[in-house]
Amino acid sequence: MNRVIPLQPTSDGCDSADRAILKERGQREVFCGLTGIIWLHRKIQDAFFLVVGSRTCAHLVQSAAGVMIFAEPRFATAIIDDHDLAGLADANEELDRVVDQLLTRRPDIKMLFLVGSCPSEVIKLDLSRAAERLSKTYTPRVRILNYSGSGIETTFTQGEDACLAALAKEIPQHAKLHSTEREVDLLIVGCLADIVEDQFSRIFNELGIESYAFFPPRRSGDIPRLGPNTRYLLVQPFLTDTARVLDDMGAKRIPAPFPLGVEGTEAWFAAAAKVFGIDPNRVETVIAPKRQRANLALERQRQVLNGRSIFFFPDSQLEIPLARFLHRELGMQLTEIGMPYIHRQHLAEELALLPTEVSLSEGQDVEKQLDRCRSYRPDMVVCGLGLANPLEAEGMTTKWSIELVFTPIQGFDQAADLAELFARPLVRRTKLAA
Amino acid sequence: MKLTLWTYEGPPHIGAMRIATAMEGVHYVLHAPQGDTYADLLFTMIERMNKRPPVTYTTFQARDLGGDTAELFKDAARSAYARFKPDLLMVGASCTAELIQDDPGGLAAALQLSVPVLPLELPAYQKKENWGAAETFYQMVRLLGKDYVLPPGEIRKPRPAGLPPSCNILGPTALGFRHRDDLVEIRKLLRQIGVRVNVVAPLGAKPEDISRLHEADFNVVLYPEVANSAAQWLSKNFGQPSTKTIPIGFNATRAFIEEVCTLAQIHCDIEELTKRSRARWYALSVDSTYLTNKRVFIFGDATHAIAAAKVASQEMGFQVVGLGTYSRELAREVREAATQYGVEALITDDYLEVEQRITELQPELILGSQMERHIAKRLKIPCAVISAPIHVQDFPARYSPQMGFEGANVLFDTWVHPLMMGLEEHLIGMFREDFEFHDGAVPSHLGHGHQRTSANEASVAAEPTPIAEIAVANGAPVTESVWEPEAQKELNKIPFFVRGKAKRNTERFAIERGLPTISLETLYDAKAHFGR
Repeated sequence: MNRVIPLQPTSDGCDSADRAILKERGQREVFCGLTGIIWLHRKIQDAFFLVVGSRTCAHLVQSAAGVMIFAEPRFATAIIDDHDLAGLADANEELDRVVDQLLTRRPDIKMLFLVGSCPSEVIKLDLSRAAERLSKTYTPRVRILNYSGSGIETTFTQGEDACLAALAKEIPQHAKLHSTEREVDLLIVGCLADIVEDQFSRIFNELGIESYAFFPPRRSGDIPRLGPNTRYLLVQPFLTDTARVLDDMGAKRIPAPFPLGVEGTEAWFAAAAKVFGIDPNRVETVIAPKRQRANLALERQRQVLNGRSIFFFPDSQLEIPLARFLHRELGMQLTEIGMPYIHRQHLAEELALLPTEVSLSEGQDVEKQLDRCRSYRPDMVVCGLGLANPLEAEGMTTKWSIELVFTPIQGFDQAADLAELFARPLVRRTKLAA
Repeated sequence: MKLTLWTYEGPPHIGAMRIATAMEGVHYVLHAPQGDTYADLLFTMIERMNKRPPVTYTTFQARDLGGDTAELFKDAARSAYARFKPDLLMVGASCTAELIQDDPGGLAAALQLSVPVLPLELPAYQKKENWGAAETFYQMVRLLGKDYVLPPGEIRKPRPAGLPPSCNILGPTALGFRHRDDLVEIRKLLRQIGVRVNVVAPLGAKPEDISRLHEADFNVVLYPEVANSAAQWLSKNFGQPSTKTIPIGFNATRAFIEEVCTLAQIHCDIEELTKRSRARWYALSVDSTYLTNKRVFIFGDATHAIAAAKVASQEMGFQVVGLGTYSRELAREVREAATQYGVEALITDDYLEVEQRITELQPELILGSQMERHIAKRLKIPCAVISAPIHVQDFPARYSPQMGFEGANVLFDTWVHPLMMGLEEHLIGMFREDFEFHDGAVPSHLGHGHQRTSANEASVAAEPTPIAEIAVANGAPVTESVWEPEAQKELNKIPFFVRGKAKRNTERFAIERGLPTISLETLYDAKAHFGR
C-alpha cells in the first residue's frame, strides 16, 4: 500500500474489444438529453436554458425537475404551436421575440443556450443559425449558443455532453491568446459538485499541478484557455462530443478510469500525475492518507454490500464505472450491466477492470430486459424513475439512478457516500422487514 | 411560440395515458421518441403507482427518420399485443410522431388484430392534457357503445317497477386530484341514497364495462373536464341525463343529493344524510370567527376552482378576491362564477400572469395548484392545494377526498390550517407588547435556543414596495411617500404577519392622496380607511 501500482486488468480480463456485447433495439426507458438542464443550470450559474420544443418538452423538464423546486428557474420552453408549423420563417421571428422577452425579463443572464428538441429537429429549425443571428443583437451582453437535447439524438446524460461540446467551441485557443493570459496545462472536463471541485483542486495543488481549470466554469465568463500542450481529464464517461471538440483543438485526453470509488479516483489522479511527470513518491505521499481514510469509510458499507448481486438498467451512462467500483471495492456480484451506449475508447480502462463473465448490454428493449432481470432475481436493481416503484412492487430492491447524477459521488471523500447510496435500500428493506 | 416557465397541463397524449392507466385490459401504443417515456414516472413516482402504465413507446431515433418509422410502429404494436393481450388497443402519436405523419390508426388497422383498436388523433400543437383525456374517453365510449345506440325515433324504455335506479360514475382517471378518494365517498353516498352504480369509468373499468354504460338510468359526472363530451354523447344516443352539480362542499353535496334523487325519481332524507358532517359546525363555531372575510385567491382547473370559490364564500365566510382557471374549455363557466363575487376571472395558462395577479392582490390565502403553492411560498402567503397539477404529497396515504360530506371536512381542515389559528391570532393581538409575543419571538415548540434568523428579519424588512405600480394601477400621479421615523417605529410595532399589508395599504393611501410623507397620523388614517 505504499507505491502507486499501475492498475492491472483482472487476471481473467481480456481486451475490451473482445467482449461480447448484447445490442438491443426497442422501447427505451430513459430520459432524453433535455433533462441535463436540471443540473447544468445549477452548475453554470449565469446561464439560461431555453428549450425550443413542444408542450411535451415543457412538461418533461418540469416533471424531471421534481415539479417546481425552484422559485424562478433558469430554464424555460419556447412552445412551438401549429402557427409556427405553418412556416419556418415565422418560427424564427417567433423565436427572436421569445428570446427578447426572456432577456428583458432576466437581465442577469450572461449566456443563453437554445436547446433543440425532437420537434425542432424534425421540422429542421436551424438553431445554430438562430444563435448566430441572435448573437449579433445581444453580444457582448449575452452570449448565445445552441445544442440539441432531443430524444431522437440524445439520451439523458448525453445532454450534458452536447451542452459542453457547444461551450467547448467557445474556448479561446493559444493563437488568439492575450499575451498576459495564461494557458492551462490541465482541463478537468465534466460537471462536478462544487465541493468535489474544491477537493480535487486541493489534491492537484498538493501534487504540484497548478495550472488547471474546471470545465464547465461556474460563471460563463470564466471559460479557461487552451495552450498547445493542454491535456484534459474526463470526469464523466458520457462526454464523447466534448472530447472530440477538444481533440480538434489540439488538446490531448489523458486516458484513465473515472474518479468513482477509491481505486478509480486514485487511478484518475495517478494518470494525470504521470503525464505531468510528478514523482510517484510524491503522488503516494499525497494519495496515501486519502486512500486510507476512504477505505476506512468504505468498510461499513462493504459489510452490507459484499456478496450481493446487482443488475443495471441503462440510464445515466455511469453504469460501467459504478459496477467496477461496486464489484472490486465492495464485493458485489455483477449480473448484467446495461448502458445506453458504450464508448469503447473512453471506457477502455474501465472495461479492462471488469470481470469477463458479466453481461454487457447496449441500447435497450425494456420488456426483454425486465424478463432477464426477473430471471436473475438480483439483490439490487439500478434503474430510472419509471421502473423503480414497479420493480419494488415485484419485491426487488432498487436504487433509482437519479441520485447518482445529482449527488456528489466522485473522489475519495465521496466513495463511502456513493457506496451508502447502494447500501441504503438494502438496509431499509431489512429494517422494514424486521 | 410561447415562452413557458412552468406549464399547468401536459400534452394531450398524457391525457390519453391517464385514461389507459386508469382502466384495466387496455394497452396504448404510442409512436414517440425516447424522451417521451418520462411520462411513466408521473404515474410511478408522483402517483406512486406500483405498476407501469400500460403504454408501449416505439422509441424512434433520428437514424430511423430516413427509414421506415411506420414499420417500427407496426412491430411495436404487434409485439405489445402479443405480450399484453389487451381487450382494447389504443394507438396514437406524440408531438414529434405527429410531425412525421405515420398514421398509427391506419397502420394498426392493417395489422388486423383480433381486438378493437381505438385510433387517437390528438393534435399536440393545439390541444392539452385535459382535452386529450376527454377526447380519448369520448372516442372509447363511442367505439364500444355504438352497437347499442337507440334507433332513430326510439326513446329509452322506462325502468321496470321494482328495480332500483342505477347510474354510471364518469370522469375519475389516473393521476387525478383525489379522484380515488372522491370515488369512495360518492359511491358511499349513492348507496345511502339507494342508487345502484352500474359502471365507474374510466377508473377501474374494463372495455366490456364501457360497452355496458347504456344500461344505467343516468350518469353522475364528477369531473366535467374529462367526462363532459362522453356524457353528452350518452345523453344523445341513450337518453341518459347526467348530473350537473359537482359535490364539493357541504351545500353542493346537498344539492347533488337532490339532483340525484330527481334523476333517480326517488325520495331521500337529506337531513339524516347530512348529520355526520362536521365542516358546517366547525365553520359556525366561535373559534372560526377570525376566518371572516379573509381575502382568498383561487386558481386551478375550472371544476375545482368554481367549487372552491363557492365553498370559500358561502361556507367559510371568506372574501373571494380572485378566481381563475387554465381550463380554456370551461372559461365561460368560470367567468360566470366570477361575476358572483364581483371579480374578473383570470383565464390563462401563463404562470407569470397568475403570479402577477396574486402579487397585486396580496390575498391572505391562496387556493390553487402546485404552481400557486410555489408562488405563495415566494410571496409568503398561506396556501392550500385544490387542483392539479399536483405533487407527490397530493397523493396522501390517508383517505382525503374533496367530494361529499367527508370531502367538506377535509376542505375545512386543509384550508384553515395554513392560516394562523383563530385563538392564536387573537392572543397575539391582545399580548402584542408581551415579551413572549414580540415579533422576534419564535414559536414555543422550537425551544429557547432557537434564534430567529437574520435572513428572516431581512425578508420582513425587505418587503416589496411596488409604490409606483400601485399608483399606475390606480391612475393616480406617480409619487413617492417617505416614512417619517416616528411612523416607521409605529409600523414596526404591528405584528409582523400583518405588517406587510399595513405598510402597503398606508403607502397606497398616501399616494392616492398625494402625501409626500407618511406620518403617524397617515398610518392611523389609512388604518381607519382600510379597516374592516
